[in-house]
Amino acid sequence: MDTLAMHISNGIINGPVAAVFAAFALAALALCVVRGRQDLDDRLAPMAGLVAAFIFAVQMLNFPIFTGAVSGHLLGGALAAILVGPWVGALCVAVVLIVQALVFGDGGVAMLGLNITNMAVLGTAVAYLLVALLLRLLPRTVSGLAVTAFVASVVSVLAASQGFVVQYWLGGTTDLGSGLAGLAGTMAGVHLLIGVGEGLITATTVVTVAKIRPDLVHALRGRTVASPGTPPVPAAGGAR
Amino acid sequence: MTKRSGLFILGGLLVALLLAGVVSNFASAHPDGLDSTLRKGCVFDADDTIVGGSCPAQQAREHELADSPLADYGVRGVDNTYLSTGLAGALGVLLTFAVGGGLFWLTRRRPTAGPAGSAASGDAAGPAGSATPAPGQRSDDMSATADGRP
Repeated sequence: MDTLAMHISNGIINGPVAAVFAAFALAALALCVVRGRQDLDDRLAPMAGLVAAFIFAVQMLNFPIFTGAVSGHLLGGALAAILVGPWVGALCVAVVLIVQALVFGDGGVAMLGLNITNMAVLGTAVAYLLVALLLRLLPRTVSGLAVTAFVASVVSVLAASQGFVVQYWLGGTTDLGSGLAGLAGTMAGVHLLIGVGEGLITATTVVTVAKIRPDLVHALRGRTVASPGTPPVPAAGGAR
Repeated sequence: MTKRSGLFILGGLLVALLLAGVVSNFASAHPDGLDSTLRKGCVFDADDTIVGGSCPAQQAREHELADSPLADYGVRGVDNTYLSTGLAGALGVLLTFAVGGGLFWLTRRRPTAGPAGSAASGDAAGPAGSATPAPGQRSDDMSATADGRP
């Protein structure tokens, strides 16, 4: 068995359920292309390529979490949603998952729809909804942005982990009987800790980009972020 | 893309290359959250083979492309594990940037094929090449026209 598997491997979910999610993922990505084109201009396109490459890199960096011999890694939905918006962001994560499945043997090709649904679609969507909400509620400061990125990351990772639980309930290949609640609990517990790691990485990255080039942070378009001590940096306005 | 944006992209790529090419060698080797959850209930020997118990991971089957030259985030034929992981990571970053950036660049909204407004202004500044903008025409439309529209 692959010891380096980071995503759902072949055989874990049955074929029919995997096929249904492949169709769903394809439809969702098609919608993302249509809606994402509104955002994709000469400036965002290379930035989106960079975000995908960066997520690929950071996904390789498994970090230890507190519960014994378990590690975690970035999923990237929150990072992508904040930096390039929800539609293009989901496409960024999907590109990473497709490259990993087709070139690096990570995550079964037949399971691609399941992995894309959990991490690219669900993870990015949940993150973006929280980002949109929190940026309205929290003060428009660097710490407001950091808290937004952190909370959106934690919840998005939890949502993605529970997406897998639903998929396992529909088509898991081992009969857990009443053990599904146990699976849900274990996945949630472990991914809460992974979400904390993801939140720290995402907040650090987003705040760094916001300090260097606030105009390249999609979530800050049409807003200003004031950092203590320095005058407010006007973010370049852009049509959503 | 402006020169300043180009520098930012280049800098970001270098950071990603450093993370995937060097720092990746210090990543935790423990199974990740999903993998460890699926292994719960099974007993593993030193070679990481299941020797007892029952767990979802038992059903895992071989990857379709397990023979890929970059499978398992290593370059086949490179024996030094640090070099192998680092090279695979760096290649992955470049490949992801090329594939992702290329697809995004191809599907991007062209300045000339934008919303109805700029298309109309394009007609106004057609072959006649009127030097003065029509009343109400925005200056950014003019610059788009000047950027080598056919």
